[in-house]
Amino acid sequence: MDFLLIPLEHGFMVRALIGSILVGVMCPLVGAYAVTRNLAFIGDALAHAVLPGIVFGYIVGVNPAIAAVPTGVAVAVLVRTLSRRAGLSSDTSIGILFATMFALGLVMLATARTIRVDIEDLLLGQILAITPTGVYVSLGITVMVILGLFAFHHWLLFTSFDPLGAQVNSTRASVADHAFLVMLALVVVIGIQAAGIVLVMAMLVTPAATAYLLARRFVSIMMTGAVLGAAAAVTGLYVSYYFNVSAGPAMTLVASGIFVLVVLFRPRATPA
Amino acid sequence: MSLRGVTVEVGGHTAVNDVTFDVEAGTLMGVVGPNGAGKSTLFNAIAGLLPVRQGKVTLQGAGQESGGLAYVPQRESVNWRLPVTAMDVVMMGRCCRLGWFRRPGKRDREIVNACLGRVGLWDQRSALMTELSGGQRQRVFVGRALAQEANVLLLDEAFSGADVAAQEALVGILQTLRDEGRIILLATHDLTNLTGRFDRVLCLNRHVCACGPPEQVFTSEVMEQMYGAHGVGLNSHGEP
Repeated sequence: MDFLLIPLEHGFMVRALIGSILVGVMCPLVGAYAVTRNLAFIGDALAHAVLPGIVFGYIVGVNPAIAAVPTGVAVAVLVRTLSRRAGLSSDTSIGILFATMFALGLVMLATARTIRVDIEDLLLGQILAITPTGVYVSLGITVMVILGLFAFHHWLLFTSFDPLGAQVNSTRASVADHAFLVMLALVVVIGIQAAGIVLVMAMLVTPAATAYLLARRFVSIMMTGAVLGAAAAVTGLYVSYYFNVSAGPAMTLVASGIFVLVVLFRPRATPA
Repeated sequence: MSLRGVTVEVGGHTAVNDVTFDVEAGTLMGVVGPNGAGKSTLFNAIAGLLPVRQGKVTLQGAGQESGGLAYVPQRESVNWRLPVTAMDVVMMGRCCRLGWFRRPGKRDREIVNACLGRVGLWDQRSALMTELSGGQRQRVFVGRALAQEANVLLLDEAFSGADVAAQEALVGILQTLRDEGRIILLATHDLTNLTGRFDRVLCLNRHVCACGPPEQVFTSEVMEQMYGAHGVGLNSHGEP
């Protein structure tokens, strides 16, 4: 047990552990919807699209996670608006916004001379460097998203299963769809701190997809995904600590390893 | 339900033009027509999913706010990857009766159980939708409409994927709901066995070709309007 407890003598490691557990639990809870609704790409796009917000946070001296929240929410709403106004598919709108916002972030990063940020930390995450404010932001987002999932659960299930039927049933279906994108954006912000812009998608998708192969009902998929996600995130964190590798790639590889094991040895076949 | 001169455009093209008809409470109506006749478009317009360019749709006591209209889309529109049980789907009908933070209560569960019983699927309540047959799935959707307490049901291609026995079982349930005063519109390609199943039939081919009792509407002229030269060979009961 010492190898688990000794690292926790460092304050940064305790913060990183809390951050990792929050990422591991929250990403699959929202990711279960993304996986079953074929919306995994949106999570990836949102992660790239919040880069300008993060850079802006560094420029003005605000915690980047706080600055990323409004950016993510704005992009999530813009995806829906652009799709409707321009009559484009969601995929096309996401593609345009994702590339534009990411490019804007890179330009801001290149031209802002007052900040010194390692682009690798942004792309791959640096959970070991998470600040107390970053932990509080993650905790705040976790509370908001769990409340959102609780409030919107039945509607999200309805709109995910039968979007047209739900839309006819009540205008609340559309509210729930928007709320889902906002929750996805919020969870992406937590995930970026641990896994980085490039790999947050792995935490969003892989544990939820693994759970999809194991569990029979949707709520079980969410819960199983949260357990697998937390296990992958915490294991990845310790791998990162002991082997001096970035936490994001370590978490991703652990999550992918679990996925491969489940594919090979899963107890029952489930239609994919 | 009343439609007056309803015209709907999809992608800049007129999909249905100047559609006028009335449906009394307690009517089971079949909506028939060839592919591209505008059956789904008409349903979408009635359901409020598509804007009406001209004309007016009037639904008394079945506005969206009251949850009074239930829509069962074609099977292609449903996300079958989502693992939900028959009970989950029927419970979706209670959504409009729940507040954001209210969980389904005892009364909701009782209603859902009763609806599953009415559509003959109590024994399959825990089965995933993907484990049910095409006919059983349609009955689950009808159960959902019942749980929603809908007065108007729109079923798009409800016979698709259902064999004759399953179709008969579905029609039997729909006729019972009709007898309770509901309006039910069911779009279908299947022109056989319309007589005896439906009170009225709307023949559609972008415009209304005919609307009336099934034993009266299928004249040679109507069949030709719907299916062109191929339709002339079908008899007055819509059978080859």
